[in-house]
Amino acid sequence: MTTTVSSRIVSSRGVPSAAVSDGALARPVEIRTRSLSLIYGRKPAFLDVSLDVPRHGITALIGPSGCGKSSFLASLNRLSDLLPGCRVEGEIHIGEIDVLDPATDVVALRRRVGMIFQKPNPFPLSIRRNIELPLKEHGIRQRAEIDAIVERTLTEVGLWPEVSDRLGSPALALSGGQQQRLCLARALALTPEVILLDEPCSALDPISSGVVEDLIASLRGRYTVVIVTHNLAQARRIADRVAFFWLRDGAGRLIEEGPVDAVFDHPRDELTAAYVRGARG
Amino acid sequence: MDRSIPWAALSGGRSSTSSRSADRLAATCVWIAAAAVSAVFFWLLSDLVRHGAGQLSWSFLVDAPSNAGRAGGIGPIVLSTAWILAIALGVSLPVGLGTAVLLAEVTSPEAIFGRLVRRSLDVLAGVPSIVFGLFGNAFFCVTLGLGFSILAGGLTLACMVLPILIRSTEEGLRAVPAEYRLGGAALGLGRFTILTRLLLPAATPGLVAGVVLGFGRAIAETAALIFTSGYVDRRPESVFDSGRALSIHIYDLAINIPGGERNAYATALVLVMILLLTNSVASWLGQRLRGQHLHS
Ligand SMILES: Nc1ncnc2c1ncn2[C@@H]1O[C@H](COP(=O)(O)OP(=O)(O)OP(=O)(O)O)[C@@H](O)[C@H]1O
Ligand SMILES: [Mg+2]
Repeated sequence: MTTTVSSRIVSSRGVPSAAVSDGALARPVEIRTRSLSLIYGRKPAFLDVSLDVPRHGITALIGPSGCGKSSFLASLNRLSDLLPGCRVEGEIHIGEIDVLDPATDVVALRRRVGMIFQKPNPFPLSIRRNIELPLKEHGIRQRAEIDAIVERTLTEVGLWPEVSDRLGSPALALSGGQQQRLCLARALALTPEVILLDEPCSALDPISSGVVEDLIASLRGRYTVVIVTHNLAQARRIADRVAFFWLRDGAGRLIEEGPVDAVFDHPRDELTAAYVRGARG
Repeated sequence: MDRSIPWAALSGGRSSTSSRSADRLAATCVWIAAAAVSAVFFWLLSDLVRHGAGQLSWSFLVDAPSNAGRAGGIGPIVLSTAWILAIALGVSLPVGLGTAVLLAEVTSPEAIFGRLVRRSLDVLAGVPSIVFGLFGNAFFCVTLGLGFSILAGGLTLACMVLPILIRSTEEGLRAVPAEYRLGGAALGLGRFTILTRLLLPAATPGLVAGVVLGFGRAIAETAALIFTSGYVDRRPESVFDSGRALSIHIYDLAINIPGGERNAYATALVLVMILLLTNSVASWLGQRLRGQHLHS
């Protein structure tokens, strides 16, 4: 694994030569974008992003504010459909799903691609109902089955011992860190293959943040994780691969991506080097 | 979810004496204003009680009026009022809810259609009720051939409370944080589920406020009913009969019937009591609905 592993500077043309050339990427590709752009009305959020995300690894997206990281995530589960005036161009494949094909079943897509937001967003329902509601929407109605899933997912995020005796109480009464873990449990309940996380720890206190971070690290090997983070130390701790976005001419661009050590220790691009040194951005 | 203003945080932490005495002055003014509003209400209520409570009894509530209302009770009038209100709310609630959902969830805030509808509603909400009365008479009584009837009155009131209902429900829906919509969609929830399970329950306070305002406006309405549901103080046999509403009864007794003042006061007291009762029931119901939603 420690052989010549290097990062890839993404050419302005965008298409990487081979799907995955470096050794660290022995895993098959789960998410593949080609020349992907997202435009709000006339203002591009990011342009021409071609990125391969390996299956069951953790890929961190880093870069300064406004360079289109959140927008990139939103295009992956077609949440961009809900944003007014938003247009997505290019190609996204997740597994065998052609994400941008208008015929694609977005409900099925979003069941396979879970998403966690920066601000924990449990619904104003009970803890149990938060998990039950999406399950029912996806056709799981047996009470016993739901109970089993509630217990399994809450256990998986470490909440079960804390809330098992008050599943009926409002989710909004939980602490921020607990709420974020509930959101993760709610997403895991749908047995997704991909989990998108948009700065999941940045609204939490340091201790909760650490708990959630460990939880995300524990998803490695079972889920394909894409996480946006402003915390470079965090990216370094948990990610296998890093993709660095930068704002150029008012639009976000993917500048460099590769294995975490390569990007942090031997960045090929000057912008990346300066950013990971903390000198800019 | 706590929307209350943190007064303590606002006034705390200031050290200069001048700003402190300004705070105190402001607080005093707020208290005086609040006390004045309550005083007006209690003065009004005590006036009604003083003049009207003597007449109140069970038989007053159920008996038919006699001697043009100077004697007897208000039984048929209470019945007519209930019918008129039931029709008004029964029609305006579903229509209002549907329109509010359309405005808040389907059309974008800038769309021409939505802007047009919203502007029309705001104008309609300010139209004097006598205009609604004339419209109701021309449309429901004459054009649709309903004549002077409880149905025509109820439908006219429905038109009148609709703008209030739609706007407050729409505001309620718009106030629901966007993260419920995005979070729901990200979990693969359909639009209908998001609307019925997340948005409408969260908008319930707005809806309840709209119903309370609309109900209050409807039950107090006189002008819109004079030309539509009419004056007849007999017990209505069906919604196609004319029926006299409480407010019209009060107006008639107070203006046209010498010696009717005491019963006018008593009727007004009944009306205010109904209003207070529905207000408390509605707020209790709103709270309960929300609570149920939170805990189920
Ligand atoms: N709904 C929207 N409508 C219009 N423009 C938007 C919208 N959301 C984001 N933008 C714009 O698109 C650009 C990229 O935003 P995005 O939120 O994707 O950046 P980001 O990298 O996630 O930034 P941050 O690190 O601050 O979260 C920004 O210039 C932003 O102002
Ligand atoms: Mg962002």
